[in-house]
Amino acid sequence: MFDLDLWSEIISALKKNRMRSFMTAFGVFWGIFMLIVMSGAGKALENGVLDGVRAFATNSAFFWTERTSVPYEGFQRGRRWNYETSDMDYIRDNVKEVEYLSPRLFGNQQAGNNTIRGERAGAFNVFGDYPDYFKIDRWTPVKGRLINDIDMIQERKVCNIGERVVEVMFGKDENPIGQYLKISGVYFQVVGVIHAETRINIGGGKKEETIIIPFSTMRKAYNYGNRVYFFSVTSKPGTKVSDLEEKLKTLLKERHKVAPEDQQAIGSFNIEKEFVKFNALFLGIQVLTWIVGIGTLLAGVIGVSNIMLVIIKERTQEIGIQRAIGATPATVIKHIVAESVFLTVMAGYIGLSLGVGLLEVLNRILLSAGDEMFFKNPEVNLTMALSALGVLVISGIIAGLIPAKRAVSIKPIDAIRDEG
Amino acid sequence: MIRLNNIHKSYEMGSNSLHVLKGIDLTIEQGDFVSIMGSSGSGKSTLLNILGMLDNYDKGTYHLSGNLIANMSEKKAAKYRNDMVGFVFQSFNLISFKNAMENVALPLYYKGVPRKKRNLIAMEYLEKLGLKEWANHMPSEMSGGQKQRVAIARALISEPKIILADEPTGALDTATSYEVMEILKDINAAGITVIIVTHEHDIAAMTSQIIRLKDGRIHEIIRNGELKQFQKSYMKELETA
Repeated sequence: MFDLDLWSEIISALKKNRMRSFMTAFGVFWGIFMLIVMSGAGKALENGVLDGVRAFATNSAFFWTERTSVPYEGFQRGRRWNYETSDMDYIRDNVKEVEYLSPRLFGNQQAGNNTIRGERAGAFNVFGDYPDYFKIDRWTPVKGRLINDIDMIQERKVCNIGERVVEVMFGKDENPIGQYLKISGVYFQVVGVIHAETRINIGGGKKEETIIIPFSTMRKAYNYGNRVYFFSVTSKPGTKVSDLEEKLKTLLKERHKVAPEDQQAIGSFNIEKEFVKFNALFLGIQVLTWIVGIGTLLAGVIGVSNIMLVIIKERTQEIGIQRAIGATPATVIKHIVAESVFLTVMAGYIGLSLGVGLLEVLNRILLSAGDEMFFKNPEVNLTMALSALGVLVISGIIAGLIPAKRAVSIKPIDAIRDEG
Repeated sequence: MIRLNNIHKSYEMGSNSLHVLKGIDLTIEQGDFVSIMGSSGSGKSTLLNILGMLDNYDKGTYHLSGNLIANMSEKKAAKYRNDMVGFVFQSFNLISFKNAMENVALPLYYKGVPRKKRNLIAMEYLEKLGLKEWANHMPSEMSGGQKQRVAIARALISEPKIILADEPTGALDTATSYEVMEILKDINAAGITVIIVTHEHDIAAMTSQIIRLKDGRIHEIIRNGELKQFQKSYMKELETA
């Protein structure tokens, strides 16, 4: 039931008492506003960082070699060594926990401009990879296709190139697909322009400046023999990649006569561990957001309660007069509750809107600043925002109700005489 | 109209109990114009508050228009107050953030009269009391006499049977006091019972019945016929003073 008279009465009372209305409203407004901005910023940080890693296979591990640090079986310490293709075959055949295995070769990086097309030249990171690599570190073809198994088997001279490579090696209107690039002296046909889905970078260099060619082609064209510089694996579901990492390390040390206690000879890295760290970090941020948010909310509640208490104290006499001229306790309480609900809801709504608005403006600015940001898509949990508003409104009601109850429970004449 | 039978009232002051009213028997008829006098602490304001249901009593009976007023719910008391009584206070007790018209109209709001209608009625009452031009002024912009007239208009608007006034002239100068008393006389002439509390003899002398309280008991009741006598003795008191 909408009681127009009640509302016009309330609004005129609020208008006539501008200062106390404003102070009450501001307490609620600030509580909600800060909560929204805080949680939005926390979420944005999470989104920004997670966006860079989300597409990465979390069950993946990466291996490279370092010089040995322990003498073993007649070898001195400091020996340089490499994995071999036979290791890869052995792992594929014997380690059943492995889901994908993708060996990698690095192209010649010391040679300055290693890529030439007509009068254009550039220095890019050239990798020889298996098609399975795209399943571990996800890339999507912007144009054309990814390198596939047939390219591998037939040792085709084809390549996938990153977006920056296209910018440097091709004119604005040129379609790179089907064109040829001379990479370290050998011509490769571009079959796809690829975009990295993640910012996790393994092997160095910017991902936009990457050229990927089939592993088999690189091995043969540049005479790498049976060396393997680097490989990635993912574990099958049900196997922890950390366990797989340890198992493979032990196996590889055995096969290459590296001391089992040598901590340095095999370089490795697993994403699972990093994800655990990330998750702990975001849990920390979320907890912090909540602590600060609840603190702000509490400050808002206390502020509203305080102001309501002051108002009622100030109002006791007024309530006494109203009762003397015929106001029932129910009428008085109805007024006070309606007033505080109206005020807190309105202030909360404004705080909500302005907070969301500020986040939106922030987001626009961030978007226009480019996408290499660890701060992305600030967003607000609506349920949280609304429940926070609910808490404030309820506290406003209770804070108004308790003293109002007191004001109507004492005798009217005492209320009138109340000098504050 | 009003029948009090052996009314007792005491206040708890910490561990002490202050016995203010010690058995009041009193009958006031419809249309009476009564003043209650007494030195401070004699219980006159307490008596008025009990009559106006702003305060309760400990012992005895109070009948208002034949209804026993005792242990009422606050809701019922509010309704009685709204229907039966109008209050005028020494300190006016206007709502500070409402203008004169809104103050006068307030009792009708609690009766559920729509805003337009109650404001119209409030204007009528303000006009009767010569305050039409002041309808949109806030209480802080008015003089004491004007404020008291607004308060009287507010007391009258719900068409009560009784007007209760606690020191209505206490905060006013003599000329204004007499003006207010003239208004109260007119109200009484219209058939409304008027009961005022005062400690001023000249104000009390304008009423038709004076009830003098002393130490929580009725000391004497001076009725219409004896008023001249009262005035005379009062003048003598002034001369000796």
